[in-house]
Amino acid sequence: MNLNATLVAQLVVFFILAWVTMKFVWPPIVKALDERAKKIADGLAAADKAKSDLAHAEKKVVEELRKARESATDVRASAEKQAAVFLDEARAEAARIIAQAREAAEAEAGVAAQRAKEALRDQVAQLAVAGAEKILRKEINAQAHADLLANLKQELQ
Amino acid sequence: MSTEAHGPTAGEYIVHHLTHFNSTGHAQSAIIDWSVWNLDTLFFSIGLGVVTLLILIKAAGAATSGVPGRFQAAIEILVEMVADQAKGIVHSAESRKFVAPVALTVFFWIFLMNSMDFLPVDLLPKIWALISGDEHAYLRVVPTADLNGTLGMSIGVLLICLYYNIKIKGFGGWVHELFTAPFGSHPLLYPINFLMQMIEFLAKTVSHGMRLFGNMYAGELVFMLIALMGGTATVFGFLGHVVAGSIWAVFHILIVALQAFIFMMLTLVYIGQAHESH
Repeated sequence: MNLNATLVAQLVVFFILAWVTMKFVWPPIVKALDERAKKIADGLAAADKAKSDLAHAEKKVVEELRKARESATDVRASAEKQAAVFLDEARAEAARIIAQAREAAEAEAGVAAQRAKEALRDQVAQLAVAGAEKILRKEINAQAHADLLANLKQELQ
Repeated sequence: MSTEAHGPTAGEYIVHHLTHFNSTGHAQSAIIDWSVWNLDTLFFSIGLGVVTLLILIKAAGAATSGVPGRFQAAIEILVEMVADQAKGIVHSAESRKFVAPVALTVFFWIFLMNSMDFLPVDLLPKIWALISGDEHAYLRVVPTADLNGTLGMSIGVLLICLYYNIKIKGFGGWVHELFTAPFGSHPLLYPINFLMQMIEFLAKTVSHGMRLFGNMYAGELVFMLIALMGGTATVFGFLGHVVAGSIWAVFHILIVALQAFIFMMLTLVYIGQAHESH
């Protein structure tokens, strides 16, 4: 329990140790700790950002899906409408063609009938003339009665 | 030692173990003698100081901001603890650049010096006796159980306190405070204030050093008494030595860490007080 010069030596050693620690030990360790704290903070912030980004992206995906579905519905509806229009047009065209064909056929038939009628009329007239000729050969001169026969033929038309 | 046929008595054993290996070769007779060096205290405290620095510098060299290893993490826990305490007590970031490393050094160093108590009380003295060839060579292995060691450190803290007193308040401001605090500014109170301040500085420093010294000295003494019990070489003495030695060693782990922590905390508190004006 006696005091001696050891005390002074201990005092000097104390300051040397403290100085060395201050100079070479404390700064690098504290720097590393601060850097790590910053890294962790940055990492946490990045994780938060990634999370919010993901949520944002998911929202966007849902929105895009909804839009795609909507536009698909639109496309289908318009396609159906167009198809209906095409169908109607085709139907109308077909009806028109049929009507035209019928008309043409009817006209042709009418012409044919007319021609046949005329031919028939000619023949009937000839037959009538022939018959009348035969009758009149006996009684009337054919030349004398030609006007009469022509009139008759006219009436038959 | 006491098992030898011509072994010393219990009293001689204790006295022998409480005598320093100093530069004179025999026990110091005067209470204060500035010509004497306690070589054992110097050897162990400087040696452990070097160990402290090697460990801390190794940790500092390996320090990365990446994933720390176990060793690095252990040192970092210690550094964080000291840094937090320093931040709470010393409110000047500029001062903390020096004060916090001081606190860390003090804690680590004192912890190691206190831990010398865990070595068997006779181990190093016996080895030293064999090396030196002197059967009665003196050796004390716990530098903090030497008042010179602890008072040396507490006076170091006092000097730091004085430095910051002058640095923060200016020399005039500090002298003004010496005469006007704690009782107030009145010519009649100047001597009383000054006396109180001197007593305060003295009490702080002496109690700071004495507290650590007393605890470690007492701990060492109890280990010696327990060793004496084993030294009787009876069944009772042997069992008593094992049981009491185990209990005291376990309890001493707490004291070793606690006293190192207390010394560090008081260092911070005293330096923190130096920063505050009355």
